[in-house]
Amino acid sequence: MIAGISIYEIFTLTSILFFIGIYGFITRKNLISILISLELILNASAVNFVVINKYLYPDVLQGVFFSIFIIAVAAAETALAVAIIINLYRQISSVEVKDTEIMKY
Amino acid sequence: MIVAAIASVTSRKMLRSVIYLLFVLIGVAGIYFLIDYNFLAAVQLTVYAGGIIVLVIFSVLLVHHIEMELEMAKLSKKIITAIACLVGLGVFLATIYSTNFNVVENSKTTTVEDIGRGLLSYDAGGFILPFEVISVLLLAAMIGAIIIGKGDKLTKNDDTL
Repeated sequence: MIAGISIYEIFTLTSILFFIGIYGFITRKNLISILISLELILNASAVNFVVINKYLYPDVLQGVFFSIFIIAVAAAETALAVAIIINLYRQISSVEVKDTEIMKY
Repeated sequence: MIVAAIASVTSRKMLRSVIYLLFVLIGVAGIYFLIDYNFLAAVQLTVYAGGIIVLVIFSVLLVHHIEMELEMAKLSKKIITAIACLVGLGVFLATIYSTNFNVVENSKTTTVEDIGRGLLSYDAGGFILPFEVISVLLLAAMIGAIIIGKGDKLTKNDDTL
C-alpha cells in the first residue's frame, strides 16, 4: 500500500476517471475518440482491481492477474477496432458515427 | 492525471487528445509503481504507452488530417450527459465512503516470479486455463485484424481461386 494515501482517495480517483470515460463515450462523435474513452474506462477498472488486491487482500495475487488479462483483452480489442475503422474509412471515407449506417456493404 | 483525462475527452484536435490519453496511461503506470507492482507497471507502459498509443496515432494519421477539428456534440446533449455522469459519480462516491474497508497494513513486494508461478500453476487458484485462453484470443484477434485490414483484396483472391 502507499503510505499516507487511503483506499478511499484512490477509489475517488478511479471513479472520476471512469465517469470521464463514460462522458467521452457518449458525447464524442468520432470512432477513434470513442476508442480513447474506452481505454479510460478499462484503465479505471484495472486500477480498481489492483488497488483492492493490494489494500484488502495482500496475500493473494488475483487482482494482478485480472489486470493483466484486462490489458491483454484491451490490446486485442484495440487492434481489431483499428482494423475495422481503417477498413470502414476505405469504404465510406469517414469515421464519424452518424455516417456509419451499414455494417455490411 | 484527471486534468489530462478531461482534456483527452474534450480536446477538439484528434492528435492532442491521443497525447493526453498517453499522459493518463503513464499516470496509471505511476500508481502501479507506487503500490509496488513493478511488473504490472512495466506491462502497462509497454503495452499501453508503447503499443496501443502508437496504433491509435497511426490510425489517426491515416484517417485524418492533423489539423482537422472534430465535430462536437450539441451543447444540450453535453450538459445532459455531464449531469448524468455527475449523478452516477455521486452514487459511486456515496457508496464508497459509506463502506468500511478493513485495510490490511502491509508493505509486501511482489516479484515477477510470484506472478509467473501464479499464472502457470495447475493447482486450485492457478490461472493456467485463462492464460492459454488469452493467448488463443490474442492470436485470433491478430488474424482477424489482418483479414479485416486486407478486406477487399483477400475476398477477390478467393473468388479467382
